[in-house]
Amino acid sequence: MMRAFVEGVGLVGPGLRGWAQCRSVLAGNEPYCPAPTAVATSELLPAAERRRTGMPVKLALAAGLEAFAGAGRDAAGVATVFASSGGDCDNVHLVCEALAAPERQVSPTRFHNSVHNAAAGYWSIATRSRAASTSLCCYDASVAAGLLDAASQIAVEGEPVALVVYDHPYPEPLNAVRPLGASFGAALVLTPRATARAIAALDVVFVPQKAEAARMDDPGLEALRAGVPAARVLPLLAALARGSPETVILEYVAGTHLRVAVTPCA
Amino acid sequence: MQPLAISRYSIVNCLGAGSRAVADAIRGRRSGLVPCDFETVALDTYIGRVPGLEEARVRPDLGAYDCRNNRLAQLGLDADDFAGAVTGARKRYGAQRMGVFVGTSTSGILEAELAYRRRDPQSGALPPGFRYAETQNTFSLADFVRRYLALEGPACVVSSACSSTAKVFGNAARMIATGVCDAAVVGGVDTLCLTTLYGFHSLELTSRGPCRPFDAERDGISIGEGAGFALLERMPAATGAAVALLGIGESSDAYHMSTPHPEGLGAKLAMERALASAGLGPSDIDYVHLHGTGTRTNDAAEDRAVSDLFDAVTPCSSTKGATGHLLGAAGITEAIICMLAIGRDLMPGSANTRSVDPALKCNYLVANREARVRRALSNSFGFGGSNCSLVLGAPA
Repeated sequence: MMRAFVEGVGLVGPGLRGWAQCRSVLAGNEPYCPAPTAVATSELLPAAERRRTGMPVKLALAAGLEAFAGAGRDAAGVATVFASSGGDCDNVHLVCEALAAPERQVSPTRFHNSVHNAAAGYWSIATRSRAASTSLCCYDASVAAGLLDAASQIAVEGEPVALVVYDHPYPEPLNAVRPLGASFGAALVLTPRATARAIAALDVVFVPQKAEAARMDDPGLEALRAGVPAARVLPLLAALARGSPETVILEYVAGTHLRVAVTPCA
Repeated sequence: MQPLAISRYSIVNCLGAGSRAVADAIRGRRSGLVPCDFETVALDTYIGRVPGLEEARVRPDLGAYDCRNNRLAQLGLDADDFAGAVTGARKRYGAQRMGVFVGTSTSGILEAELAYRRRDPQSGALPPGFRYAETQNTFSLADFVRRYLALEGPACVVSSACSSTAKVFGNAARMIATGVCDAAVVGGVDTLCLTTLYGFHSLELTSRGPCRPFDAERDGISIGEGAGFALLERMPAATGAAVALLGIGESSDAYHMSTPHPEGLGAKLAMERALASAGLGPSDIDYVHLHGTGTRTNDAAEDRAVSDLFDAVTPCSSTKGATGHLLGAAGITEAIICMLAIGRDLMPGSANTRSVDPALKCNYLVANREARVRRALSNSFGFGGSNCSLVLGAPA
């Protein structure tokens, strides 16, 4: 078992404009009203870099910065784990389209944005962080892979870690073979010890057996959870929002799952 | 960190399939770089291509995963009897106690690139039979490796450009340290595709000839492809292992997406953290495998960091003049070249480098040097300012 304390939470998604505003929706105390995901680019990025970022980077930055604001912690110097199923899907489409055209012109910006760790790179520039950072992919289980890696870093290094998960739909024709539903980002600032800001403790266990993943009660939020790999984090955020002790099952790679016991801090 | 035994490793790239072929090529100072003849690519550059991938097929039961990247993964898993060693470990530990942490930068994107040429003229749809999850998606590689080796523990892909397959050692070390698994397969694969060939060309970072790391006249990279895997286990369980992972250091540049920090600040941090993680100092390192891509700025920045940290004394070199830049597979490939150097007491010289740039200060080896290599440090730096250094050595 690995224990991590949640110090800050970030959330951006369809009809979800920040953790602070959405806590009661996630807790089931207010209705969920879907609306297109609205996200601004962080002012922390230099103007030249800001122009080059697509929606996935904006999602990651917005969620991550909200979580750090909640934690009251400077992001510089905190290790990060980014997890996404598809990375910058608009960019992948545009690169493939350009390469299928006779001229095969791929711009330098398109190319460097094509790496799966583009969000991590922009994050490091925006927050001036030289801390370690990793960028993971585990298809539909990217949230579980990211949480397991973040929890293991906390256990081994004994230092805070931020987990940032995000996904953004492909345009056609890739959308037809890999529909990703909606734009969604979430983040957790995790620490090895309870601090004054700690919301809850997470006890994370890897279980090499199949199990039914936790679902959302609200049909709209459940559709979001099921449709967007990054939104598989929603049941964990809902447990944090309810502030009650709960166990959340997150699906991981085939035949495995994570069991996350959530214990609210007094 | 607690050192971890590397009880088996395998390597395939343009120098050959298997440790012996690659070591012989390095000893013979042979380069595998050839003028670019990949697919329909019309670029004036050299590549490091693995022969036979067009005709190869993945194991029939995993046919859905068939693509260039997974074909090369299979060649890597079959080389050096790596899959056999994993089978042995699986019998000892159990399939659920073994993790798969592998890296790739571009995965099977070539499949999507080719599918985009065959879109339906009316609807724009991709051709039937295009398998996104099993080929294009970044996770495809770990999924394929896990199934090929019949492992049932934790798994994921690290995709942080050219540091990917160095960083996987860190994921595995943490999972073993926390008891999530007892052993892990690390490494990874990158294969030639149009995105990287045309992308690096647009950045004006591809050399017209075979790349010449640290040369006064270096003018860019040669892109290659390769696979490498290593089996990590706790030390007491794997007595007799010839080499161990002693330390790992990771950092971010916080500078630019595709240009390294000019003073190599992120690079230096990664090396310092790797040494600290191993509990060693710079003088404990006998040889440094540089990232050494052959671009003007990368080599200059790395030289500053390395010559600063190692007082320009420790012998160092890059083997990218022989293999090309294997991008997401560079980390594991060069870690294994360090393991070969340790096993054979051979510091590789730099193929294709004619005269070292006098502006660069580190002790760069152009010729092979036969000398004791107890511990080596390997550097991998990628786009997004993602840096990773590994310390490898004979077990104490």
